[in-house]
Amino acid sequence: MKTIKLSLHFPANHVTKPLTYDLVKKFDLQINILHADIQLNKTGKLILDITGTEWNIESGLKYIEDQGIKYKLFTKSIIWQEDSCVHCGACTAVCPSGALQMDKMDWSLTFDKEKCMVCELCVKACPLNVMCVTI
Amino acid sequence: MESRDTGAYPLILYRGRDGWMGYKSFDEINEKIKGGKAVVVTAEEIIGIVEEKGVKQAAKEVDVVTTATFGPMCSSGAFINFGHSDPPIRMGKVWLNDVPAYAGVAAVDAYIGATEPSETRGLEYGGAHVIEDLIAGKDIKLYAESYGTDCYPRKEISTCINKNNVNQAYMFNPRNAYQNYAAATNSSDKILYTYMGTLLPQCGNVTYSTAGELSPLLNDPEYRTIGIGTRVFIGGTQGYVAWQGTQHNPGQARGENGVPLAAAGTLALIGDLKQMDTRFIRAAVYEKYGVSLFVGVGIPIPILDEEMLMKTTIKNSEIFTKIFDYSVQSRTRPVLRSVSYEELRSGSIELNGKTVPTAPLSSLKKAREIAELLKKQVGNGEFLISQPVESLPAANKVNPLDVREGS
Repeated sequence: MKTIKLSLHFPANHVTKPLTYDLVKKFDLQINILHADIQLNKTGKLILDITGTEWNIESGLKYIEDQGIKYKLFTKSIIWQEDSCVHCGACTAVCPSGALQMDKMDWSLTFDKEKCMVCELCVKACPLNVMCVTI
Repeated sequence: MESRDTGAYPLILYRGRDGWMGYKSFDEINEKIKGGKAVVVTAEEIIGIVEEKGVKQAAKEVDVVTTATFGPMCSSGAFINFGHSDPPIRMGKVWLNDVPAYAGVAAVDAYIGATEPSETRGLEYGGAHVIEDLIAGKDIKLYAESYGTDCYPRKEISTCINKNNVNQAYMFNPRNAYQNYAAATNSSDKILYTYMGTLLPQCGNVTYSTAGELSPLLNDPEYRTIGIGTRVFIGGTQGYVAWQGTQHNPGQARGENGVPLAAAGTLALIGDLKQMDTRFIRAAVYEKYGVSLFVGVGIPIPILDEEMLMKTTIKNSEIFTKIFDYSVQSRTRPVLRSVSYEELRSGSIELNGKTVPTAPLSSLKKAREIAELLKKQVGNGEFLISQPVESLPAANKVNPLDVREGS
């Protein structure tokens, strides 16, 4: 079993297809939707974590392609250099996925890598330069 | 106020809301601190203590309440005296790691301002980084030019300095520890890069910068114990309030509790850079805005009487600020609404019928660390309180800068 993260870009006429349902039923994949921006008759964007066997993931990706949907694998990830962080919270102002949040008890920064969409907004928003992108 | 001679200490009675109240003097509290007997709590802890014990009992028991803040404070910098070279130079222009420092003072004195950008690296490195590197003990490249004089013949010098081989290096910050500050949002359609962080379009977020109920001047809103000469924790060492800070605005509108409803008082602080610690001073860069400096400040407030105690029990729900629309490029930005720090701390607020996420810019975690450290230092006798030698102005207004014809 492995997990990959990818973003899907739907052309306007594909938004009504139950793609994630097909991925679950046909390829036995676990889908975790991280971000969805889909409007009827307009282009849509979906960011997913997909977990399954190597073979099922490969088949699932081919199926996505066959449906005329473009996808992009996330090869990069965000690294939080916690030791240098002062926990000011400036990065939480721009994080669209909720991956970066303040702990409401001790007001330290928390980073949930699973939720991160690698949009890189935090990299620039951090005044101490402690968020960086790695491959 | 009325004074009666009672022997060892003159007993001063103070007229409070509920009649005459007992009064602990600065000296009495210091005697307790020196003996390691002072009861010290943080400005967050005092809230629960007073709720549990009541004002009268808590005022008797508690001697000092510690306050703190750790936020970006642009109006910061340091004076350095480099010592004289041989042959000597009257430094006219000075660069530290390629960051210009102001040298329009005596021969080998200069002021490095926190926000000054590097001439070779742009906004990624600035005066704040020079200050942080100095505190860390790193070598800094010094380059200076002069036109040469009979008494200072040298015209150029290139060498390295660090905090151990310069004479004085002291931070002198013209404006720190703002008593309350604006919250920011952006109603325009484009992303804004400001000193209040990255503001997302269409009021996509609200940022704020405060230690709230832990913040120094919010716990002494009328500057009764914090004034010129007050000993403070600054950047990890002991420093002092040197003067009112620039833009000090005690005349700001206030709530019934005396707490300003927007930016008000400020402090000019001074402290020995050589004794500072990079845990409490950090350089910052705000995207497309520039360089700033996180400064850790802590101030112990002596509980002179019940009235002073009451001031320190201020809660985030009782402190309000205004949300300004930073997309309006004017000195007078429109106010979208008034909001309490309790609401801002909750993580989201209502703005024009929409739920908008909120984010802090100053570190409450670090502020708490400072308040706890200060509590320990006052508790074990290392850090004494000090009576102000002069009060901060209680009334003055901030002048705008208008463009007009010269005479």
